[in-house]
This record gives sequence, C-alpha cells and structure tokens, in this order.
Amino acid sequence: MQILTRFIPLLITGIAGLVMIISAFIPYTSEWGQKAGQFFNILAAFAFVLGGGNLLKVHLKKISDQSVGWGYSGVVLICFIATLFVGLFKIGAYPNPNFPNVPFSGETQGTGSWFWWAYEYVFKPLTATMFSILAFYVASAAFRAFRAKNFEAILLLGTAFIILLGSVSAGVFVTNWIPNDGPFGDLRLENLRIYIMQVFNTAGTRAIMIGIALGIASTSLKIMLGIDRSFLGSGD
Amino acid sequence: MMNFLNTLDRRWIFLAMALCVGVPILVIGLTGYTFPETPTPLAEAFFNEVDTAGEAKGRRANILVALDFDPASAGELNPMAVSLVHQCAQKGHRMYFISLWPVGPQMIMESVDKVIKRHYPEMVYGEDYVNLGFKAGNEQVIKVMGIDLTTEFRTDVEGTTLSKIPMMQGITNLEDFDLIAEISAGYPGSKEWVLYAATQYNIPFVSGMTGVQAPQLYPYFPNQLQGLLGAIKGAAEYEFLVNNWVREDAMAKVLEAGGFPESKAMETAAALASKPQQVSTWTVTAEASTLGPEAKTKLIELATAPIPGEYLEGQRRMGPQLFAHLLMVFLIILGNVIFFAQRRRGGGA
Repeated sequence: MQILTRFIPLLITGIAGLVMIISAFIPYTSEWGQKAGQFFNILAAFAFVLGGGNLLKVHLKKISDQSVGWGYSGVVLICFIATLFVGLFKIGAYPNPNFPNVPFSGETQGTGSWFWWAYEYVFKPLTATMFSILAFYVASAAFRAFRAKNFEAILLLGTAFIILLGSVSAGVFVTNWIPNDGPFGDLRLENLRIYIMQVFNTAGTRAIMIGIALGIASTSLKIMLGIDRSFLGSGD
Repeated sequence: MMNFLNTLDRRWIFLAMALCVGVPILVIGLTGYTFPETPTPLAEAFFNEVDTAGEAKGRRANILVALDFDPASAGELNPMAVSLVHQCAQKGHRMYFISLWPVGPQMIMESVDKVIKRHYPEMVYGEDYVNLGFKAGNEQVIKVMGIDLTTEFRTDVEGTTLSKIPMMQGITNLEDFDLIAEISAGYPGSKEWVLYAATQYNIPFVSGMTGVQAPQLYPYFPNQLQGLLGAIKGAAEYEFLVNNWVREDAMAKVLEAGGFPESKAMETAAALASKPQQVSTWTVTAEASTLGPEAKTKLIELATAPIPGEYLEGQRRMGPQLFAHLLMVFLIILGNVIFFAQRRRGGGA
C-alpha cells in the first residue's frame, strides 16, 4: 500500500514538475510541456466532478448528523441538484437552429432556458449582492479602525486620503487650481494618486513578488524532491 | 456627543452608505448626468494599444478577448468589457472571445448582446467574432494555447468545429493574435496572462481589472502590460475615450465624404468631437463652406445624438463612487476626532 499511497504519487509529482521545468528551458522538449499541460487540463475537468461529489458528501453528512445549520445544507443540495439537472438535460433550451430535430442540440445557457433563468435571476443578483455588502463593512471598519496612532499610521492615512479622493472627481475639484502643465502639476490629487501607484506601490509590490517567487521555487523543489509530503494528506 | 459617536451603532453607518450609493444612482438614472472624466495615461495607453493593433501587418487585427470575471465583479468590470468590444467593433477588429472562469461565457454573451447584436448587427458570427467559451485548467490553458490553440479548443461555444469557422483559418497559437485584451477579477487573470502569454511570446497585452487587483499589476506596466484599467475609475476613463473617439471617427467620415482631405478631416473631427455643443455654430463658418447641407445636418446629428445608456455605465457609476469615497473620508476623519478627544481625556481607544 505504501507504493500506491506514497511512492507513485511522489513519482508522478517529481516527473511532472521536472518535465515542466525542462520544457520551459529546452525548446526541443516544449512538446513534453504541452502534453503535461493537456493531462493537467483533463484532470482539472475531473476536479469539477470531484468537487461536486465532495459537496454532496459534506452536506449530506451535515444533514444526517442534524448539526447546527443543517437546513442551509439542504438548501445548498437542492440548488445544486436542481441546477445540475436543468443544465445537463437542457430543460427549456431552444433547439439549435442548425439542427432543429436533434434532441439536446440547443444551447444550455441560451436565453430563455431554465439554466439561463437560474443564472440571470438567482445566481447573478446573489453574487452581486454578496460583493456589494463589502462597501458597508469597509465603511464601518474605516470609522472604527483607521486611527492615526503613530507615524506609520499617519502615512497610511494620508495615502488613503489621496487614493480615495484622487480616484473620483472630488480630487480634480479640490486641486483644480493647480495648473496641470505647470511645475506643480504633479501635486494635483489625481496625479499624486498615479505617482503613488506607479512608484511607491510598484516598489513594494515588486519586493513582495520577488519574495513570493523565491518562496514558490523553494516550496516546489521540496515537493518535487519528496521532502514536503503534506500534499499527500498525511502529517509527514 | 463624543460618547454617542463612540458607541455609534454601525447600522447608522450602513444607512449613510446606502444613501450615498442609492441617491446618486436614482439622480443619475433620472437626469442622465455624469461627472466629467479626465483620462489618465494608463487608460490612454489601453485605448491606443487597441486602436493601433494589427496596423503594422496592414490587415484587420486579431484580438483575443479574455473575459475572466463573474457577476460578483461585473459592476466594476462589465463597463470595461462593453467599451472594449465597442472599440474593437467600431475599429473592425476580429474578436476571439474566451474565458478561464466558469461563468465567463455569460459575461461574453452579455457584452456581445449589448454591443454587437444591438449596435453592429452587420457583424457576422464566425467571420467578425467568435465565442470559444470557457476552458477549465487556469494558467495551463494559456500555456497550451501558446503552443497549439486547437488542442485546447476543438469547437466554439455552439459546438461548431473550429476548422469550419472562417475566422479561425490561420490561427494556430497565441502568436497569431495581434493583441490580447483581458478583463480580470482575480485568479486566473491578468497576472497569468502576463506570465504565460504576454512575456513568453512577446504579444502586446492590455488588461482591465478590479481595484484590489490593480496594485499587483502596476509593476508590469508598461513593458509586459501595455495598458491598464483599474476599477470603475479606469472603466469610466476608457469609456469616455471610446465614446469620444467613436463620435470623432463618425464625424471624420462625414467630413471626408464632404471633400475634406483625410488629415484635415481627422483634425477637424477631433476638435468638433471635443466640443460637440459648438458644432452647429461651426457649420456656418467659412471653414465648413465646402460641405453640403446633408453633411452639415449629419454632423449636427452626430454631435447632439445621445450616447446609448450601455456606453455610459462606467461614467454613471462614478457618481455613487464619488459619494461613497467622500463618506469614507468623512468617517475616517470623524473616527480620528473621537480617538484624539478620548486620548486628551485620558481614555483608551
């Protein structure tokens, strides 16, 4: 069993990682990378099935255990199964005009289909609402947590003001008296915003990005060489 | 008073935010008023890159339009997508739509319906634009497309084999595109396109993205990312540029048909489009004497014709954005006033 649960997964990981690295540097082997990519994409499609199965397992268990909030799990399962059903069987979809007599030839997401209806009138407003709620929490957090407690906080606060005002026409209005093409044109809020984003932000982001890239390289090597085995699901 | 503010129920803040967002939406909806936008160099770069795509090759440009977002961020990104399709359609570019997000095809359909089907009905599916739909696999899809696009996409979204689609002839991999234009809400998105397509194959790349994503992409501008639109502000600036250019382009065509030399027509159209309220006055000047009455009427029509609502969404959304930002600034100042007042009294924050 150790061969199936340990050795083979580690071997696949090592070989796949090595192939991807080699194919990036040696043009002759670029096709190997393409093949590995195709394998990955097929697996990614399977991941949707696996994800669906996992969703069923988790929520069915919650319902059977009657744990706290099990009713919500019921809602999730009903919505999941209903969407899957109307999508797979193309309920209400108009037939494809090129093949009007062929069953299931219509477009799943075509206007008027049940799938389209669920997307347009359920999924779309719900996700947009969830995202919109952020504005309310950000406002509340800004009122309670954004304090000028020390020098660093004052810098952060000043930057926030410039970005907030420079991103809307208020920024233009406030510093409109500074000629844009004059020697102090860069001090206009909308120009200061761009300067902060392109200079200070870029410098900071680049440093973080380089750090992350080095971290990814070292972690990837550890995984490929079998030193880090946490992805196998054990405590090793 | 300070005690009341310090223990302020957060529902009052929620109500203030609701009013700051809701009232401008209603007012703008009723009056149609939008705030003036001054395009930044970033939006201008985005616009110019789309405008000049394919010019060096002397043919219609092939633009890969990747819409990698979902309804959660559509409020911010849809105006960008609509303006992008609007500019490409007006310019006559060929558009190849794809998405790395599962609900991306719906975003594609929305942009196609709003722009192409409504305003450019003469454009033919399969010849002027094609929808390749969604593919699972994140950045791996980009990597495979870089080598062989047909391995990844065998059919379009309607199930038609790519070899039967006229505009797919001669398209084998990413290098056959003159520009990649992408609208992104996260992963996979702009960064993956920069890393695995634009940099690797040296393909011009422009991207519009959410406000939270933009700071991470600034380091790539302008070498690996030639144009960048950040949040609704970027969308509004780009929308303003596209609308202005479309009007300018239509006016230049009228002037050229009226006997103006090409360069003079473009120069005059640019001046007229920037001040549309002065067009009727201009038509009675000596400069316009060579134009016939029909051309003059057409010019006045172009100057006074209202811009369709779907092309103003970005600029309209800047209204709620303005008041929401002002509220945020006010709340931060108020919070700090309370903080310092308490500190003076010797209380903790």
